[in-house]
Amino acid sequence: MKFREAVRDATLQALESDPTVFLIGVGIIDPRAVWGTLTGALEKFGPDRVVEGPLSENALTGMCVGAASLGMRPVLIHHRIDFVLLTMDQLVNHAAKWRAMFGRQQHVPMVVRAVVGRGWGNGPQHTQSHHALFSHVPGLKAVVPSNPRDAKGLLIAAIEDNDPVVYIEHRWLHEDEADVPTEYFSTPIGRAAVVRRGGDVTLVAAGPMVSESLKAAQALQNAGISAEVIDLRTLRPLDSDTILTSVAKTGRLVVADSDWAPCGIAGEVIARVAEEAFDALKARPVRITWPDSAVPSSQAIEAQFYPGAREIEMAAVQVCEKQKDDFVKSTIKHFEGPF
Amino acid sequence: MTRRNALSPDLKRKLYFDMLLVRRAEERIQSEYHLREMRSPPHLYMGHEAVAAGVCAVLRKDDVVFPYYRSHGWYLAKGGDLDAMMAELFGKETGCSGGWGGSMHLIDLAAGVMGTSAIVGGTISHAAGAALSFRIRGRDSVAVVSFGDGAIEEGVFHETLNFSSLRKLPVIFVCENNLYATNTHIRDRQGRPEIHPHAERFGLPGVLADGNDVVAVHSEAAKAVARARAGAGPTLLEFQTYRIFEHCGINEDHELGYRTLDEVRAWKAKGPLEQGRHLVSEAEIQRMEAEIGARIDRAFAYARSAPFPTSLFAEGAAR
Repeated sequence: MKFREAVRDATLQALESDPTVFLIGVGIIDPRAVWGTLTGALEKFGPDRVVEGPLSENALTGMCVGAASLGMRPVLIHHRIDFVLLTMDQLVNHAAKWRAMFGRQQHVPMVVRAVVGRGWGNGPQHTQSHHALFSHVPGLKAVVPSNPRDAKGLLIAAIEDNDPVVYIEHRWLHEDEADVPTEYFSTPIGRAAVVRRGGDVTLVAAGPMVSESLKAAQALQNAGISAEVIDLRTLRPLDSDTILTSVAKTGRLVVADSDWAPCGIAGEVIARVAEEAFDALKARPVRITWPDSAVPSSQAIEAQFYPGAREIEMAAVQVCEKQKDDFVKSTIKHFEGPF
Repeated sequence: MTRRNALSPDLKRKLYFDMLLVRRAEERIQSEYHLREMRSPPHLYMGHEAVAAGVCAVLRKDDVVFPYYRSHGWYLAKGGDLDAMMAELFGKETGCSGGWGGSMHLIDLAAGVMGTSAIVGGTISHAAGAALSFRIRGRDSVAVVSFGDGAIEEGVFHETLNFSSLRKLPVIFVCENNLYATNTHIRDRQGRPEIHPHAERFGLPGVLADGNDVVAVHSEAAKAVARARAGAGPTLLEFQTYRIFEHCGINEDHELGYRTLDEVRAWKAKGPLEQGRHLVSEAEIQRMEAEIGARIDRAFAYARSAPFPTSLFAEGAAR
């Protein structure tokens, strides 16, 4: 099953199993059905549960807060996570506050499903990640699936969760394919996964950087470096234990994050290791992140923008103090436009 | 006069009682605030009482209201628990929000008072979401949201009116136009300082009425609620009213110069309780005063003796 099909599978099964679940968003009844992730939903569940919204993202988010505070489980869908910034008042000042501010008698079980738009040439306002913004705020949860199985399991978990969850979906992964259980299941929020075992260095990643880290780990094996790869899956609450356990074993850490470095997740992971497992470190940790720049449009410089397996591999070699000169050549992935 | 006579004696008493309860409760907050036990900045509702009382008298228990930070009036008029409100202002664990919200964030779910926001316009869209949930669940409840004249300058007001009209949602938008956003007059903020005409643009009725006349408020609210319950869609009600004390706090503020003492006095003279005096007899008022005084005494005693919350992370801190 493809990643985008797994998202659809989770969505349809959640609508089927729980009558309080509904979908809302701008352009969700578009015939393209959000890259096929909602194909058939409108026909099966009708316009009361697949609610087309005007281009009023902040109001739609507030409507989700209102509906959720009365026991509904809305899933708010954005074609681009960049558009979520129009909703920060409702998301941060309202949804994230409602449980604490009313003495825990209110819950806001809503999901903000937001797509990171990396494709080709999407430029500075259609490709941002922004996951660190949501991970900063008490009262929010943030998940980033890296593979089709988690795409389904984490979306169901997000819908079942009683707090607002930002589900960050990388379109870059939409065509990735893997075995996914057809039955209804959830992947626990707040738990990272060790996706490759190793003893020399810990590679921590999320979303699209997980497959890059796995490629790097494979290449490192050829150089005699055994890399352990952790897929964070949830950015908030962050699973410190899995990271600390691994670093206690390897003593070396490379964090690969598809976002900017300042005040970001990679820095947060390293800070926790520095606070909790400083003595275990045998080398200084390294962050592999986006350059401190807007995302460019031109294919010529877009290729320079995104770090991948090569950069992760080089960093791992560096922290392991090994010599190596045949690094992974490129992270180019087959991608068909048009946007 | 026909309109006034159409109200039952019970309803007249309820309207006046609810206004008087809000007035007396806030006067007590005002007189005891200096004791520094209540450390929660109050946005006093005094002057607006007819709006909450008039609208809430139309509502059923299963209808919900989404007040704003000037929330005491709506909370009490919808049947919110006075003891829990006062405990909240005192920051106590038994407060309606467990001491986490304070005056700006009251809630009483059993009474249909939904959580209030300190962000201008913050709950406008919540009410539409509640109305949407009633639609999805096939219920005939309605949602009411209240806000001031400043809130209509926020984009979310227009966004929500549009969507609510499109879907004919059972929601009533109640604007308490008191002329000032904090201390800035509506003339200095709006190119066309009228609120109810915004409704027409979005295809819903927009109504203007005297917000200090509880009978007029009740009458317009009754029409809007009936319309919403029947599935005919939302209404925007603009009620002209006036805040007697400062935007936030317990004092008069004409000395700031943004409004004159004469203006305040003129509005006070046509205030909700003054205009509504005809609704009840002197003997009835005496009985109400006694009952309300006792309730307020009890609520303050309850708030004073209640425990403070003990732990920031009662549920466990999640990093």
